[in-house]
Amino acid sequence: MPGIVIDKVSRRYGRRWALTHVSCEVASGESWMLLGHNGSGKSTLLRCVATAQKVHQGEIRFGGQSLWPNRGALREKIAVLSHAPALYDDLSAGENLQVWARLGGHQADVPALLTRVGIDPARRDPVRTFSAGMRRRVAIARMLLKRPELVLLDEPFTALDPAGRRWLLDVISELRAGGATLIMATHLPQVAREVADRALILEAGKVVFRGAVDELPAELAFE
Amino acid sequence: MTSFFQWIGQLARQTAAMVYKEMLTEWRMRVRVSGIFWFSVAIVMMVAFSIQSSTMLKEIAGGTLWIAILLASTRSLDQSYQVEHEQGAMEGLLLWPVDPIAVYYGKAIANMLVLLGVALAVLPLLLAIYDRPMLGSWPQLIGTIVLGCAAIAAPGTLLGLITSQARGSSVMLPLLLFPLVVPALLAASMSTSRLMEGDPMNVAPPWMLVLVVVNCVFWSFPSVLYGLIFED
Repeated sequence: MPGIVIDKVSRRYGRRWALTHVSCEVASGESWMLLGHNGSGKSTLLRCVATAQKVHQGEIRFGGQSLWPNRGALREKIAVLSHAPALYDDLSAGENLQVWARLGGHQADVPALLTRVGIDPARRDPVRTFSAGMRRRVAIARMLLKRPELVLLDEPFTALDPAGRRWLLDVISELRAGGATLIMATHLPQVAREVADRALILEAGKVVFRGAVDELPAELAFE
Repeated sequence: MTSFFQWIGQLARQTAAMVYKEMLTEWRMRVRVSGIFWFSVAIVMMVAFSIQSSTMLKEIAGGTLWIAILLASTRSLDQSYQVEHEQGAMEGLLLWPVDPIAVYYGKAIANMLVLLGVALAVLPLLLAIYDRPMLGSWPQLIGTIVLGCAAIAAPGTLLGLITSQARGSSVMLPLLLFPLVVPALLAASMSTSRLMEGDPMNVAPPWMLVLVVVNCVFWSFPSVLYGLIFED
């Protein structure tokens, strides 16, 4: 079954090419990790797949459909966890989730969802008073409001402590068990390889490795 | 046809959710509303202090109300998108996905309600300070204020999106907004002034009709453009 097909995708910012002829095929239900140093193009590629940015050359297809022309309908099936948590600072965690659930028309048990991400549902203080790790957890809860077919995670382990990373790995495993296709950009291949099948390494916007996680060099380090 | 009604239903639900979000955020950070209220009060007071003649003060009461609302609106509309840009919520809305038309109407309605609240709070102060007895019809005056606030909020919400990411947005917004809302302000201040004076010649209703027409244009055109700008 076709999942995501990234076909010779290039994207530039001004005159600088952030991605050059990047290609890969992510089968439905598969989990990929994107690796590379800062500025290698990981986030740009994720943003293109998320339809936050248009590609300048090439094409991305999702479920056999060209992504950009059908983005209105396909966005419903894609959940994104990006660097910015997309939360309203002056609202509480529960209010944030209520707002996003209402906007998306999602039926959600907000207290249960907050408990699932380790936030006390009784907390009424605004998100601006939360630590970075807690905000990350609320952002993950927001992502879980959807029942996505494709999950895009940009540095998902950032700001999480070891227990939080363990918890997030469990969440990712649950999403995968539910049949979701997953692409995550990360600096932590050691952590991510636990839930990834395949890896793509980018360097200056070009693919330098594409293959199974087991084939990755053991001494990889991007931190 | 079914899909059209489904779209309308979804649009109404998302617009209601946007209004709820905007008003909840507004309530949590009341500093914005109180800021524009005191800004309006300051303008009303400054004009009152600068004019010695009590007769003239009475005559300009209606116009002063609209100058105060217009100037205060630029602060309000400018900050309307700040909350969205702070934590990437704008992109979050785009990818959720929320229909840009719903984002526009949600924000425009919320901006109108904020302006309306400020205008209705300033009105009694203005009448008292300017010693201006209200001789005309109260429902017509309230109607004029509602229509006038709507006529500022609708284009202001569109222009606020355009200028929110630009450098010097607080300067650009008034530059773009003021010429656009001149017909609405003229109609609103004429109607308000006549109603305060008792409107013996029944001049206010035609000016209110002008406001209705202006609002029809202002509340329909931006929704078409908003999607294009929002996606960009």
